[in-house]
Amino acid sequence: MSLDNDDVRHIAHLARLGVDEADLAGYARDLSDILRFVETMNSVDTGSVEPLAHPIDMAQRLRPDTVTEDNQRELFQALAPAVEDGLYLVPRVIE
Amino acid sequence: MQWETVIGLEIHAQLATRSKIFSGASTAYGAQPNTQACAVDLGLPGVLPVLNAGAVNMAIRFGLATGCTIAPRSVFARKNYFYPDLPKGYQISQYELPVVHDGAVTIELPDGEEKRIGITRAHLEEDAGKSLHEGFEGVTGIDLNRAGTPLLEIVSEPDLGSADEAVAYMRKIHSLVRYLGICDGNMQEGSFRCDANVSVRPAGQESLGTRTEIKNVNSFRFVEKAIAFEVERQIDVIESGGAVIQETRLYDAVNNETRSMRTKEEANDYRYFPDPDLLPLVIDEAAIEEARSMLPELPDARKARFVEQYGLSAADASLLTAARETADYYEALVEAVGGEAKLAANWVMGELAGALNREGMEIGASPVSPADLGALLRRISDNTISGKIAKDVFDAMWRGEGDADSIIDARGLRQLTDSSAIEGMIDEVIAANPAQVEQYRAGKDKLLGFFVGQVMKASGGKANPAQVNEILRRKLAE
Repeated sequence: MSLDNDDVRHIAHLARLGVDEADLAGYARDLSDILRFVETMNSVDTGSVEPLAHPIDMAQRLRPDTVTEDNQRELFQALAPAVEDGLYLVPRVIE
Repeated sequence: MQWETVIGLEIHAQLATRSKIFSGASTAYGAQPNTQACAVDLGLPGVLPVLNAGAVNMAIRFGLATGCTIAPRSVFARKNYFYPDLPKGYQISQYELPVVHDGAVTIELPDGEEKRIGITRAHLEEDAGKSLHEGFEGVTGIDLNRAGTPLLEIVSEPDLGSADEAVAYMRKIHSLVRYLGICDGNMQEGSFRCDANVSVRPAGQESLGTRTEIKNVNSFRFVEKAIAFEVERQIDVIESGGAVIQETRLYDAVNNETRSMRTKEEANDYRYFPDPDLLPLVIDEAAIEEARSMLPELPDARKARFVEQYGLSAADASLLTAARETADYYEALVEAVGGEAKLAANWVMGELAGALNREGMEIGASPVSPADLGALLRRISDNTISGKIAKDVFDAMWRGEGDADSIIDARGLRQLTDSSAIEGMIDEVIAANPAQVEQYRAGKDKLLGFFVGQVMKASGGKANPAQVNEILRRKLAE
């Protein structure tokens, strides 16, 4: 499987990455190489192998359902570029 | 052409945990904006999610109640998309391996028939925050209090054949999650909402038509209307030679229509992959048994018991068991009255439900407790007052004027059972209406009701109606 410039543009958009037109061809080639590498691995018969969800062979630890966090709005909002009435402000999103 | 509708629902039930699914921030509703959004909820660098045992337990309870398989091992995945109320740029959800899968519930159709609706899966995920577009110039306000609230997304099989069936199924799940105590079911606050996948096909056709998804409908009535509209729209499109486009649509309640939701994001290009921050969730027998021990008597079982134990009709038992609080109230009432299960049922579904509706009140907040109402109903069954007078007493109790006995005494409402007093009133009524007496004696039996009414009026509603009837018949026959 290989990717063309349109695929790269699409993937870059999904990831919200700005890619120069001039770089598209280079990315398409590199990404296609990576996919070919994966295809090589795909040719191995893994029928008897359980799919791996995580490299560490352990189960998720759970925490009890208790509230442990205090309100630290002031602290967190000191990092934000714009806040008003306790809300974080972002450029207008129109649905 | 005859058309067939195929519907599947995805219901999002907010789990009633105290803290969030991956953080220790509170999930309480209605707090000041962003006061319950901690570093994990904000997606700050370096934080790690830790799964809430309470949310897992609730998912297991739902699975057990719907006959699902509880996955011994399930996996959390990242669903990637960009929106300002999703600070991490992905939602932690479950994709290939959900926590529970392959179960079913039974719904009751209007004709009394039952239908089994398959549940494909239910998975755990986190909710997003809220975007507020109103009241700001050129910007959007973001409140992340809801971000990280645990959701159980319940996905049905496409087994629903009409808007009515979809609503019946939604009500069933709503009743179930509230019985289980895993979701408060509050639709105004968004604790229980649903997406509907709708398609149509010519009757008898095997393959499914192209479906559309109606997003975020948060009332039973809107689900019904949105689906009904969408079905008509799809049939119109096809019958006028067009094709249904697979897309997401929004229901507009004001204009009662669905509208295409145009987003820049390619739908369903979420690039799921296992979340490396979370290890697989392993559920052992002990966790399942713990959840099982927490299961209450479920609505179907309780309904069957109500029919059996109290001699109620299936329809009445359905109504009384739809909400756990109503069923609890009813059973406490029957105990307080000491039997009289049908009388109690009629009052819960009649006067009490009417008063609650009028005030927009939940049964748990009723100013008249089961014990109070039981004391009133005992006065009906021991003939102290008539059912009609009891309604007035109930209204007074509702207004907080006292208990049944003190209201009955204070207003002198005790039923008149003294035969000679009733006979006296009857004699007066007969003497005052010679024309009607003549007609009655000539065969116009229906006039008995007129005489009963006159006597009841003369007694201020207090005469015992059964006695009035009996004595009247006798006197009129003389």
